[in-house]
Amino acid sequence: MTEHGIGARVARKEDKRFITGHGRYTDDINVPGQAYAFFVRSPLAHARINRVDTAAATAAPGVIGVLTGADVAAAGVGGLICGWAVTGKGGAAMKAGAHPILAHQKARYVGDHVAVVVARTYTQARDAAELVEVDYAELPAVIDLATARDATSVHDEIERNTVYEWELGDQAATDAALGNAAHVTTIEITNNRLIPNAMEPRAAIGQYDVGTGQHTLYTTSQNPHVARLVISAFVGLAAEHQLRVVAPDVGGGFGSKIFIYAEECVCLWASKKLGVPIKWVAERTESFLADAHGRDHVTKASLAMDADGTFTALKVHTTANMGAYLSTFASSVPTYLYGTLLAGQYKTPAIYCEVDAVYTNTAPVDAYRGAGRPEATYLIETLVETAARETGRDPAELRRRNLIQPGDFPYQTPVALAYDTGNYEAHLDTALELADYNGFPARKAEAASRGKLRGIGLSCYIEACGLAPSQVVGSLGAGVGLWEAGKVRFSVTGKLQVFTGSHSHGQGHETTFAQVMASKLGVHYDDIEVFHGDTDQTPMGMGTYGSRSLAVGGSALANAADKIIEKGRRIAAHLLEASERDIDFANGRFTVRGTNREKTIGEVVFAAYVPHNYPEDLEPGMEETAFYDPANFTFPAGTYVCEVEVEPDTGTVEIVKFTAVDDFGKVVNPMIVEGQVHGGLAQGIGQAMLENAVYDPASGQLLTGSYMDYCMPRADDVPSFDVSTTETACTHNPLGVKGCGEAGAIGSPPALMNAIADAVGTRVSMPATPEKVWQAIHGSAVAQAAE
Amino acid sequence: MYAFNYHRPSTVQEALLLLKSAEDGKLMAGGQTLIPTLKQRLAQPSDVIDLGRIKELVGITEDGDAVVVGGMTTHGAVATSPLVEARIPGLAALAHLIGDPQVRHRGTIGGSLANNDPSSDYPGAVLALDATIVTDRRKIAADDFFEGMFDTALEEDELITSVRFPVPAKSAYRKFPNPASRYAMAGAMVAVTVGGVRVAITGAGPCGYRWTEAEQALEGGLDPAAIDGLTVAADDLNSDIHASAAYRANLVKVMTKRAVEALA
Repeated sequence: MTEHGIGARVARKEDKRFITGHGRYTDDINVPGQAYAFFVRSPLAHARINRVDTAAATAAPGVIGVLTGADVAAAGVGGLICGWAVTGKGGAAMKAGAHPILAHQKARYVGDHVAVVVARTYTQARDAAELVEVDYAELPAVIDLATARDATSVHDEIERNTVYEWELGDQAATDAALGNAAHVTTIEITNNRLIPNAMEPRAAIGQYDVGTGQHTLYTTSQNPHVARLVISAFVGLAAEHQLRVVAPDVGGGFGSKIFIYAEECVCLWASKKLGVPIKWVAERTESFLADAHGRDHVTKASLAMDADGTFTALKVHTTANMGAYLSTFASSVPTYLYGTLLAGQYKTPAIYCEVDAVYTNTAPVDAYRGAGRPEATYLIETLVETAARETGRDPAELRRRNLIQPGDFPYQTPVALAYDTGNYEAHLDTALELADYNGFPARKAEAASRGKLRGIGLSCYIEACGLAPSQVVGSLGAGVGLWEAGKVRFSVTGKLQVFTGSHSHGQGHETTFAQVMASKLGVHYDDIEVFHGDTDQTPMGMGTYGSRSLAVGGSALANAADKIIEKGRRIAAHLLEASERDIDFANGRFTVRGTNREKTIGEVVFAAYVPHNYPEDLEPGMEETAFYDPANFTFPAGTYVCEVEVEPDTGTVEIVKFTAVDDFGKVVNPMIVEGQVHGGLAQGIGQAMLENAVYDPASGQLLTGSYMDYCMPRADDVPSFDVSTTETACTHNPLGVKGCGEAGAIGSPPALMNAIADAVGTRVSMPATPEKVWQAIHGSAVAQAAE
Repeated sequence: MYAFNYHRPSTVQEALLLLKSAEDGKLMAGGQTLIPTLKQRLAQPSDVIDLGRIKELVGITEDGDAVVVGGMTTHGAVATSPLVEARIPGLAALAHLIGDPQVRHRGTIGGSLANNDPSSDYPGAVLALDATIVTDRRKIAADDFFEGMFDTALEEDELITSVRFPVPAKSAYRKFPNPASRYAMAGAMVAVTVGGVRVAITGAGPCGYRWTEAEQALEGGLDPAAIDGLTVAADDLNSDIHASAAYRANLVKVMTKRAVEALA
């Protein structure tokens, strides 16, 4: 390991600008002559739009134009799409309702974008927006997930509000095993709805150059090339070659900025229509209302086991809330990112899963950090823990008995995925030791002497990352391939520019990828600059989500570096008058094997750009691009142990210890990985204890529309984490890496919830608010007595 | 926010004249409620009269057996005042629990009391310590001040100039914060005053109130067990997505007991 290479704890290149306020976010960009957009949003959850009167707003000071859904329809603008066509039972096609960029004839959730006002200043736009008169005819709001299929249609043409009824696995084998089981544990469980809350709200600037016909969209995107593709090919606002999408510094995404949203499309469309660049920056209230939300499942599941505790079958039925429209990847989250993960770390031989995806009059629901895998993990790990308690088994030992063993890899699960490698017992053992699992009874007794209820809980998670083999996802209905591209360009003086199709919005790509390049090419870390986020600058790429950047984007870059090395080898052989076969490359030096004759990579690069003495049949220059399509998903896994103390008289839960042991394969920068785990754990703890998006069931108003009511985790809500890793290298990518971005958020909720259940003796639903925990301790009778 | 005329008077008299001459004027103390309300366009005053430059409203002094806190004194100043810490440490501790550092350095005692948010902390201190609200025209006893949710005895054009806290033998505040807003879901201030033990509850009901049953139970001495036998009726308590009235009733009891434990 070199000082700045793979494996080193290198301080992040990007932090200087972020910490000193020199980041350049979309709102920091100002285009000469730009106007401002303000969106008129539906105050009702479900309503016919009879008429939109824009006359008064249009006449207001500073207003350049007011556009409505009728204008969008008249202009023939396409709608937003869901890019993953999930096929339901019996080959039934998914039913996707139209998703116009401004609502037409019907508004479907509180915050639905009904019209846009464009004015010289933001205040003028907002003032004029109050003059837009919308005549609504209110319809019953469909909010409750359990009854949504029997309610009013959210999309008139879609029956029973059902997007699809999907299934996976062997129903007959699963039912048979359930029938023959020595014990069956059945639970009903809700995965609570979350609001992403990236620190930077969404923003966009649409710009049309009438001289060149070029469109530019600055936007808060995790995947600018995908945005360009969707906006050109489906929304139809510009030809792909005439559309530049720039996602500059982006302040957090957590999935919510993968999707192509109406507002950015409207800014681009209106900029051409009104002849003025248009900026929009979401207010925090708009983020709460109109960012795609996450999770929101209701599930019933049964786990069967035989007399010695071996799992024999798992049967799952989930209802997944899609919200009012299908967001960009919404359909894949409760299916291919959820059902396929239901084996977990266990050798359960028969699994059958059904998922009903339904429309409601709520904001669209799509991928949020973990996306399907937190839902799967929470379900499995709650089932396993409950089964252990029901049968009087130690939860750790019940898990151990059922783990897939190192000798079982590659392991074909009953739910489509084939795990390439892992050593689940290794992180289980490490975690139990670090958490002093065996010492828990003594700590519980000591806590009891202080009047506290102490509990311990485990979570053994697995996730599928590194999305994804294109042929596989294509066969499952994905509209795109999920490869990644990387370009490596030396300058004449030996400096390195690295271009990736992935996108960093906090993850630290500029550091991690520079470390990979430093190790691969022997160039000093300070001489490497990583570029991302501009479709005119970087090679076509699929962006960042699903913890894929290093495993897929990093692999593309590693392969591009290998091409550089191979070309350099030819040049070096020429310069050293040796055979290519005799040239070794290491630490930035091409050496003639068995001699001390060598050329540095800097000398070779110089020769490539100043080819005075150069192989005759070789192109000059030193720049290579590689496209990498992974052979399989990667499968990070780990064991988390959480220990809590509960105050019986208030139900307050304190996390006294949290141990996370993850297998991410090879680790490039342990500091960044730890930071990713810390953030993920905090997010998972937020879901488990604090966060909950609540709509009023009658009116459909979002009751948790600000930080006064939506509780984000703060520093004093989380403990100091004990984080470490074990390692089995990924078998199918050149770096041996698996991905670490989502693990913390996937693995932590069940560990915490199992610890609370252990402390109070019964399961509590997420978020485990003090009141719920207090009720669990005292029972409803006590709660009633207190009234 | 909507446009308004902004004024920054330097005396109380000037502020009141501006308020009187404004079509729909609004006094602004620390602005911790008014500014978010304006930003959300939920209010449209013609004039905002910022009290932030009125020096006579700021400061903490000792006056005989009382500590007098100027109406525009920030929570942070109360929390860290050596005088308050020495004479009424329970009041300093309460102020330290309000909001977060930013709120404590902008928000003021006069603004908080005039707004009378049901989940604010100061009503607990004012009621338990039997404080007197001093305005530009009169003195209002604590027990007469809080009239309901966001409703006080103040006239429309009346301004809190100071709050006079008689120094108690001892006092303590215990608060269960709303996890999201960190306002009080229920808070209990218990004080041993010249007039006896006073117990004030905030956060749980429409506004701060005295829990007289607890005061009676503690007359025989500050025994935490005396609270155990009491029943808190949930009927008039607040219920929302964060906590039911029943849970708040439990918190009233638990927080009171903890405050008593701190004094015992």
